[in-house]
Amino acid sequence: MRAWIRQHAQSLRGTLRGFARAPAAAALNVVAIGVALALPLGAWVLLGNVARLGGYVAAEPQLSVFLATDATRADAARIEAALAGATAVRRQRFVPKEDALADLYRAAGMREILAALGSNPLPDAVIADLAPGDPDSVQRLAVDLRKLPKVELVQLDAVWLERLAALLRLGQRAVAVLAALLAVGMVAVTFNTVRQQVLTQQSEIEVSRLIGATDAFIRRPFVYQGALMGLAGGLAALGTVALSVHLLGSEVGRLAATYGSDFRLALGPAAEIGMLLAFAGVLGWAGAYLSVSKHLRKMALP
Amino acid sequence: MPAIHFNRVTKRYADGFEALREATFAVEAGEFAFLTGHSGAGKTTALRLIPAIERATSGTVLVNGQNVAALRTVAIPYLRRSLGLVFQDQKLLHDRNAFENVMLPLAVCGEPPREAARRVRAALDKVGLAGRERAMPIALSGGEQQRLCIARAVVNRPSILIADEPTANLDSEAALGIVEIFRAFNQVGVTVLVATHDSALIERFATSVVRLAHGRVAAKAAALATA
Repeated sequence: MRAWIRQHAQSLRGTLRGFARAPAAAALNVVAIGVALALPLGAWVLLGNVARLGGYVAAEPQLSVFLATDATRADAARIEAALAGATAVRRQRFVPKEDALADLYRAAGMREILAALGSNPLPDAVIADLAPGDPDSVQRLAVDLRKLPKVELVQLDAVWLERLAALLRLGQRAVAVLAALLAVGMVAVTFNTVRQQVLTQQSEIEVSRLIGATDAFIRRPFVYQGALMGLAGGLAALGTVALSVHLLGSEVGRLAATYGSDFRLALGPAAEIGMLLAFAGVLGWAGAYLSVSKHLRKMALP
Repeated sequence: MPAIHFNRVTKRYADGFEALREATFAVEAGEFAFLTGHSGAGKTTALRLIPAIERATSGTVLVNGQNVAALRTVAIPYLRRSLGLVFQDQKLLHDRNAFENVMLPLAVCGEPPREAARRVRAALDKVGLAGRERAMPIALSGGEQQRLCIARAVVNRPSILIADEPTANLDSEAALGIVEIFRAFNQVGVTVLVATHDSALIERFATSVVRLAHGRVAAKAAALATA
């Protein structure tokens, strides 16, 4: 066991020495892998932020029932009663057309337009705050409400959230496909880099085999090289995306503030980032493993 | 039990050439033997069958009682660690110094660094290269390079030492020095098998000679060392 650990430590030291001997080549490989990984990582971070943004906006989905202009308070009360019986409704409030007009007056630039109209064009409305999580029952409630007398329009603002969720799912699929393609690309990059390294160390490999080195012993420094390259490439990608998030973050925050939101761009959960880095390391390891194994199989010397 | 036993060994290459034909001979444990014959007689092939660099087409090659032909590929490295191999083309790593070249077999076995360093120095000392640890192979003479190969072969304390034409490119004085080193290892119990066509060396040192001709064992004779 000790000998095994010692051999691993020795291989790791050898790999690090190899990087130190040719730092420019190592850096170029890391940059190539980093750029390849930055694209799916950036898309993943973007999707995470869009999903979070959806959560911000959709903290409380609403259902708005607009009445006909000639509706009475009794008509509104019937609607309130229907909403009160629905489990998806958390709370509701009646918004008389006068209050709606007053709100509109307060909005910048609307005063002159409304003054020109002469009379209040807005209807009475009942606004219900919905509990998230049961879109089907909300849809059924909306259909029932539309059948009530004096109901002009039932507006369910969960619809766009569903569209957003569908778009996010599509985006996630696209990122997964992109990540898979680039993972294959990264394995190919590592495979080729390690292949060149193997060719330059051909005589050492041959001598090692002749004096009793196992394939695992020969393979070890190369797979360390692949794994470290993958990990360093992952870190480079993460650095690139983190820098982008930092550069865009203040502008996005300023834009969100104009909508009264404290939304900020974020990289994502640390655990997921850690897993991504580990995945990059595993991809590098796999590329190197395949490369050395292929070479060892092709060697004339058993 | 012989350290090396060839029993009706035939080695036929893919092009049909038979390098060995029904070759049968044995080298006893602790023996110093020469394998001789003209160029193309099958000496190198015979030596390559012992550490399973080549596999016999038919017959059995026993090394310390172990049938090399029946060995699984994963077991070959462990067989090779029990042997000391000196190659005709030396196979030194020219980007490593003398110390690092000799260290390689110990690194393969996972020897602790301090013990490994001690054994490397001892091996270099035994072949007369003490103080040349940092020398690169290119800076060594032909004889010194061959000594370095021997140090690498013996550093793992093998029970059998095999050398393929170790004196081929050396002058007679350097060649004598090399064979003296082999003899010194043989005297402490290491079985030594040296392939050579240098009859002067054979006459001077051999206790046993296996003569190959066209892949067949032409003769195995005991000879007395005169040196």
